[in-house]
Amino acid sequence: MIVEAGHFAMILALALAIVQATVPFWGARQRDFALMRVGVSTALGQFAFVALAFAALAYAHLASDFSVLNVAENSHSAMPWIYKFSGIWGNHEGSMLLWSLILATFGALVALFGRSLPERLRADALSVQGLIGAAFLAFILATSNPFERLVPAPFGGRDLNPILQDPGLAIHPPMLYLGYVGFSIVFSFAAAALIEGRIDAAWARFVRPFALIAWCFLTLGIAMGSYWAYYTLGWGGFWFWDPVENASLMPWLAGTAFLHSVAVMEKRDALKVWTIFLAILAFSFSLLGTFLVRSGVLTSVHAFASDPRRGVFILAILAFFIAGSLALFAWRAPMLKPGGLFAPISREGALVLNNLLLTTACASVFFGTLYPLALEQLTGEKITVGAPFFNMTAGLLLLALTFLTPIGFSLAWKRGDLLGVAQRLAVAFGCGLALFVALLAFFRGGPVLAPIAAGLAVYVMLGTLSEIVSRLTRGGGKAALSRARGLPLSFWGGALAHFGVGMLLLGLAATGFGSETIATMRAGAPVQVGPYEVVMESVAERGGPNYQETVAHLTVRSGGAVVTTIEPARRQFAARQMATTQAGIATLNLGQLYVSIADPAADGSIPSRLYWKPLVTLIWLGACCMAFGGAVSLADRRLRFGAPARAKAGAAAMAAG
Amino acid sequence: MRKALRLALFAFVLAAPAAFAVQPDELLPDPALEARARALSAELRCLVCQNQSIDDSDASLAKDIRVLIRERISKGESNDEVRDFLVSRYGDFILLKPPLKPETWLLWLSAPLTLGLGALAIFYATRRTAVATPALSADEEKRLAEIAGVAAAERPRKTKR
Repeated sequence: MIVEAGHFAMILALALAIVQATVPFWGARQRDFALMRVGVSTALGQFAFVALAFAALAYAHLASDFSVLNVAENSHSAMPWIYKFSGIWGNHEGSMLLWSLILATFGALVALFGRSLPERLRADALSVQGLIGAAFLAFILATSNPFERLVPAPFGGRDLNPILQDPGLAIHPPMLYLGYVGFSIVFSFAAAALIEGRIDAAWARFVRPFALIAWCFLTLGIAMGSYWAYYTLGWGGFWFWDPVENASLMPWLAGTAFLHSVAVMEKRDALKVWTIFLAILAFSFSLLGTFLVRSGVLTSVHAFASDPRRGVFILAILAFFIAGSLALFAWRAPMLKPGGLFAPISREGALVLNNLLLTTACASVFFGTLYPLALEQLTGEKITVGAPFFNMTAGLLLLALTFLTPIGFSLAWKRGDLLGVAQRLAVAFGCGLALFVALLAFFRGGPVLAPIAAGLAVYVMLGTLSEIVSRLTRGGGKAALSRARGLPLSFWGGALAHFGVGMLLLGLAATGFGSETIATMRAGAPVQVGPYEVVMESVAERGGPNYQETVAHLTVRSGGAVVTTIEPARRQFAARQMATTQAGIATLNLGQLYVSIADPAADGSIPSRLYWKPLVTLIWLGACCMAFGGAVSLADRRLRFGAPARAKAGAAAMAAG
Repeated sequence: MRKALRLALFAFVLAAPAAFAVQPDELLPDPALEARARALSAELRCLVCQNQSIDDSDASLAKDIRVLIRERISKGESNDEVRDFLVSRYGDFILLKPPLKPETWLLWLSAPLTLGLGALAIFYATRRTAVATPALSADEEKRLAEIAGVAAAERPRKTKR
């Protein structure tokens, strides 16, 4: 009964979404405020009903109601509750419902906090958001109904794919979707601005927090996914340039470009048309990512869908929104008035270059991902576009961008002084160069790209710090503390994010200096990996809630003394007859010792791969630092939506009192 | 049919017997040859995986190719010879780095073309903006100075923090 109520709630949500897509839009054309405000109530209603539907599915999963097909296929009564819950989105239908829930949540946020917006802009934005919601709810109801019943109900479930039975599944998809779908708001506002034919700094001020939220979650989601792959796939890789990963990287690159250009628009009223274009691009890539993953054109662990009807439906949604928005853009963008002027050497100029490099990197990821699909369709020839291609294109472009990062960050708005910037960055650049030369000399004949990246990383971090110092000590160092408080939070956020880029790059560079040992481990015999000795003490069998595992108990020694212990394991899942590798990881300083084992041989020896990965944690710490920087920017007073309205209301109350 | 094949392939990847990427017994005794084999494996695709190299893959087909590479390298073949042999057998599909040929020109040129076109677009856009906003005439400059002067006099001076 609860399940049917959930299904019904989704139909109601679809009906509300259709009203939300049409009535406020009509109202905005007729300048009828009552009709325009329908958008607010329908957006809230749509959110309530999608949330209800999601709760119903959550109930079915948590209660292990196997009469629901979705639960029977993707759950098992012996699973811990956290996997039962995250199993809701560990399958195609449920994950689309989560998508719609987040979409509706963002719509409701605009409805709640958009009071300070011009009425017509809000009505138009809500109706575009409603249109997206309606498209996806219709998609779920027509092709991927999660509430389908199974008669007769089986006694047990088929279990969740063991690879997905991991805390990673609880965190990674929701974060990624918050990122993907967060850009839908940016998209809706861009479309609304095009429909209205005007756009200004206030628009940028309202959209920027949403873009920041989306970007932070997308950053964390990608980082989380990469760490998940790192510890589950058993060979210590963290980025494969897998099409599904690329699908999440493309909106991130476009979104990063958007965040930078919207800053220009807010501060200087320039780059309007370009900012709108990036807003469209960021969400288009989110839709493309959804299509690539959900349609099953790619077969990988991530692609659960294999029903062509779904692919065609999503392709239709994709084509409609991308073509529609681009057509709207081509038609209306020329009417937008260009804003402030700036010299080529200025903060604005640097941000234009940033945007050029980011979008080119995004384009090369796009071509690399879709080219093999297109070529196979057209000529039947199969090629592979793998890591070497992406490293040579997107990788190089992003390296060039990181070189420019501290320079752009130090340039002044409107007209910059390149010589002054060079002087301020000289120390940072010198340190980076020194590190590069030292590494090259120390590891003679070793990798070349790794020292370059390491030097660049140090230069980015120090360059960011030196900009902070120069801002604080400008005109004497005495008032540094009060000046630190005076600097806007968005400056600190930007500094943190750029510092995070440096950390991430240093972590990536350090992978070139790691070491690997492939050996058969026997009890008591030490194996050398990097600066450590690893000794297998014992092997044990252990039972988990829904699996059996073989655990190797290892001690890590340095100079004879035990530093830590590691327990890599092989897990056997009975319900699906599948095994997974649980790598054993010990974090030592910022590096990690990583051990993964195969099944033990008859004589008790275990074939193993051991890695010493210096500074590897910086990759994910750097990403977290970037996301934290985004969050700090978000707390900036100027960006608090509704702040002016509240201040005005407060002043009015004071005047009345 | 294709769908069925793909599904079968997918199932195969997931249900691949608990094999293991590069195993100790595969290693060649000569470290120089082994290093060559590792470097070569890193540029070859595991045919049944998603963009994974055979060096990293658990699939048994990847293991077969790893063993094959080592056999051929031990026999004294060069990296190019081994690579050519594998391409003749599995096609360009096995190369993680697509070869430069007419079909892939567009792919390899995509990044430089985007960069070039983007740079051109920016150049023309900035020129157009500069033309669209002509410099102020002498009269306008004078008026602006007057307005600015009045505003500066009216505005209370900012207290220094």
